[in-house]
Amino acid sequence: MRLTASLLGATALCAATAAHAIDFEVSHWWTSGGEANAVAKIAEAWEATGNTWVDGAIAGSGDTARPIMISRILGGDPMDAFQFNHGRQAEEMIQAGLLLDLTDVAEEQGWRDIVNPPSLLDACTYEGRIYCAPINIHSWQWMWLNNSVYEELGLPVPTNWDEFVDTADEVRAAGKVPLAMGGQSWQSQGAFSVMAVALAGRDAWMAVYGDKNAEVAAGPEFARVFEAAAAARELSRGSNVQDWNQATNMVITGEAAAQIMGDWAQGEFAMAGMVAGEDYTCLPGLGVNALISTGGDAFYFPRQDDPEVTAAQKQFAAMLLSPEVQVSFNLAKGSLPVRGDVDLAAANDCMRKGLEILAQGNTIPDGNMLLTPDTTQQLNDLISEFWATDMSAADAQARFAEIIASAD
Amino acid sequence: MDGPRGPRPRRILSRGNIMLYGTLIVVAIYYLLPLWVMVMTSLKGMPEIRMGNIFAPPVEITFEPWVKAWAEACTGLNCDGLSRGFWNSVRILVPSVALSIAVASVSGYALSMWRFRGSETFFAILLIGAFIPYQVMLYPIVILLREIGLYGSLWGLVIVHTIFGMPINTLLFRNWFAAIPEELFKAARVDGAGFWGIFLRVLVPMSLPIFTVSAIIQVTGIWNDFLFGVVYTTPANYPMTVQLNNIVNSVQGVKEYNVNMAATLLTGLVPLIVYFASGKLFVRGIAAGAVKG
Amino acid sequence: MAVTDQAAASPVRGASAAPLRRPMRLFRNLSAKIATLPMILTATVIFVGCTGWTVVHSFTSSRLLPRLDFVGLDQYDRLWSTPKWYVAIQNLAVFGVLSLIFSLVIGFVLAALLDRKVRGEDVFRTIFLYPFALSFVVTGLVWQWLLNPELGIQGVVRDLGWTSFTFDPLYNRDLVIYGLLIAALWQGTGLVMCIMLAGLRSVDDEIWKAARVDGIPTWKTYTHVIIPMMRPVFVTALVLIASGIVKVYDLVVAMTQGGPGGASEVPAKYVMDAMFGAQNLGQGFAASTMMLLSVVIILIPWAYLEFGGRRRG
Repeated sequence: MRLTASLLGATALCAATAAHAIDFEVSHWWTSGGEANAVAKIAEAWEATGNTWVDGAIAGSGDTARPIMISRILGGDPMDAFQFNHGRQAEEMIQAGLLLDLTDVAEEQGWRDIVNPPSLLDACTYEGRIYCAPINIHSWQWMWLNNSVYEELGLPVPTNWDEFVDTADEVRAAGKVPLAMGGQSWQSQGAFSVMAVALAGRDAWMAVYGDKNAEVAAGPEFARVFEAAAAARELSRGSNVQDWNQATNMVITGEAAAQIMGDWAQGEFAMAGMVAGEDYTCLPGLGVNALISTGGDAFYFPRQDDPEVTAAQKQFAAMLLSPEVQVSFNLAKGSLPVRGDVDLAAANDCMRKGLEILAQGNTIPDGNMLLTPDTTQQLNDLISEFWATDMSAADAQARFAEIIASAD
Repeated sequence: MDGPRGPRPRRILSRGNIMLYGTLIVVAIYYLLPLWVMVMTSLKGMPEIRMGNIFAPPVEITFEPWVKAWAEACTGLNCDGLSRGFWNSVRILVPSVALSIAVASVSGYALSMWRFRGSETFFAILLIGAFIPYQVMLYPIVILLREIGLYGSLWGLVIVHTIFGMPINTLLFRNWFAAIPEELFKAARVDGAGFWGIFLRVLVPMSLPIFTVSAIIQVTGIWNDFLFGVVYTTPANYPMTVQLNNIVNSVQGVKEYNVNMAATLLTGLVPLIVYFASGKLFVRGIAAGAVKG
Repeated sequence: MAVTDQAAASPVRGASAAPLRRPMRLFRNLSAKIATLPMILTATVIFVGCTGWTVVHSFTSSRLLPRLDFVGLDQYDRLWSTPKWYVAIQNLAVFGVLSLIFSLVIGFVLAALLDRKVRGEDVFRTIFLYPFALSFVVTGLVWQWLLNPELGIQGVVRDLGWTSFTFDPLYNRDLVIYGLLIAALWQGTGLVMCIMLAGLRSVDDEIWKAARVDGIPTWKTYTHVIIPMMRPVFVTALVLIASGIVKVYDLVVAMTQGGPGGASEVPAKYVMDAMFGAQNLGQGFAASTMMLLSVVIILIPWAYLEFGGRRRG
């Protein structure tokens, strides 16, 4: 604790001179059990610097929180820091000059050297200047399985997608849902994208999501993905929940065997006292193609007139990347740290797998960095409709290719 | 105007009467069922909820969910439940209701008794405005409030509530005042009363029912509001519905239905009490305000 | 509603405006004008101004922030080629027509029942009206809970032994809109009933007596005499219900979030999704302009008739 305090003190000194305590308002939508636990770590570290954390949590995902954040910024009475998925979402606010330029902090702290993979910092960079502080790496490409479900059936726990599909009938026969899936559209779309990376491979995936190549989107690789997705939607019948963590909870309680969800699901397993590798298994890239995307959360700072606030904002940004906060926050959140030089001794089995893949450089950019929110929304609508109806794989693929063709 | 006027049923146990009361009771059950389920669920523990019948009364009554909803449920890092927002809601409610009723009653009065060129047109625009989804006006109003320097303050929110309560309330007041006999108005004029004199000394004292209706509509609407409360203020002033939203929408593992229901009931308590307490006045006010004119 | 034909509903109010207007033209009207200034400002600045602002921005390519970067009719082209928008309109039409009919019918029948010198009228009335005090978010939550297939009505009936009983409208694409309807009616019919009841109370007792003397059956008295007399009441109720229908959003979000698979999308939700989910303000504004346009097309002739009629009289 003393070490933390002194390190933070040093950080504060070099970032700026924060003369006295500031009521620092932070907006975020981290309200589930694991998430709130993680954000508490940041708050603790911040209050240890003598400042006050004013919590502006809004539940209900980004769609509820976003109008609030944007209104506050447009209205000229912004919060001091806000959580956003980095990527293309914030571009316009930067162009309009509403966000604080963090380049000097980044240079002082040497973010260029410590942030790994560098694409995270690129996502924060606009015309050579840095506008956000990345805090973690979240990857979507995970499948979570409850080991006890398979043990009870006397089956080995699947190690890849095909094995999972092969054993699905037996799971279903035991009265369990093979694949838990929440009703919100982003979940089925995310799972689809994960299947696309795993089954169509990195090149095809990058061609579609990165280069918006509609031909590949309409091609045979993606036809296979849609076929697999059509099979998967049958496996998810019977999961009548909305929220992602309710779906995760189905896996935790053994009502369902597996879920395709990002690594944030791990926070929920941890809160339920389950141990990675023993009670549950994680398969990066569905056990087929061990690639992970490097999206994540970042904090942005609305520009304010008060120099003391600006100083505090910079101090906060520096603190987010400090080794202590990186370790404590990411352990709680189940995400990976943005700097490669911190020691994650306490990391569990799944996080180690993630770190290994990261170290090997088997990464792809996150969908949020490649697609505009507009395109993402269109894909959400399509895939969730596909998931809930009997739309044929071919029809869905045709509409998918159309969306990709018109994406910008 | 107050007594029932329908044809009088003859005997107490006639077939018609059985049909009549039978229908009413069945419908009443449909209306009460959700309230019953809410109350029962809020008094059960989670294990009982998961196995049990949602309509059955609790085997073991627990007030734990109520305590949790009021004082312990977490909103992000603040684990003090709904209590945090209760007083904020009151602080928003009182000035908003007062101001919106004042503005709407005066406007309704002017529209019914002191018409001027164009007053009807403004009123028509106001009514059409009632149909516009207000999410559409979110950003322009943010910009307007910024320009007059009220963005983020409690008064900015009060003004927003006044604006969006105006169509329906102005309408109610206009109709009420229009139904008041003209002689009364003329007599007051002869006594030398002016615009404000007539309003304050003659009309307001005799308009309790319509003020009640307006107050109920405003209390309900403003107390239940989430969007405006969260968009036009800062966390220090967030109303109770923000905590409700956070409790209901942030699932910690399993959905804690009992806490959700307790939180829902606690949040709904203020408008519900206002309703039950106002009783007949509401119907009388509606009768005069919505039907006449 | 205000703007409806007076004579039918109430003989009380004379033409108060016309004769009074002359003596106090400038002076007193000045205080009236000052007093209505907040209303005038709201009507012009907020409702006309902000709506205009929205319409103007619907011709731009605004994304996250409003910007005047005109692109002509692009947003409208896009809107009318989006399947989700058609689903939304269709849902609104089904939901709108059904909830109009059911609210009016149920509201009237309940009011007529209560008007028959019922014992405990106050109790019944309070029971029918209390859901109106609860927000749509709460309404959605409770009904989502009641309609939950495992724990709600379906589960209970199955536990009673009828194992094939299926009632899960929120998870069935074809039924989801009716699931929403059940909840919406529960919340809103009480107010309609109250308005109807007030209307019935204003019917002159002499009319009932006359009908009885003539030997007209009760139901016929209602359909042929009472209901036509209550036209203004129906118009009031209609406008109240309709303005609620156009704006239906909270309920959908609370109950289904538009699902399953976008089967319960409504226009207001399309607008919100476009503006805040897709961060495509221009698209959201185009959709809301279309909503506004349809409202105006319906309302303007009505308003013209009512206001025009009065001036002539």
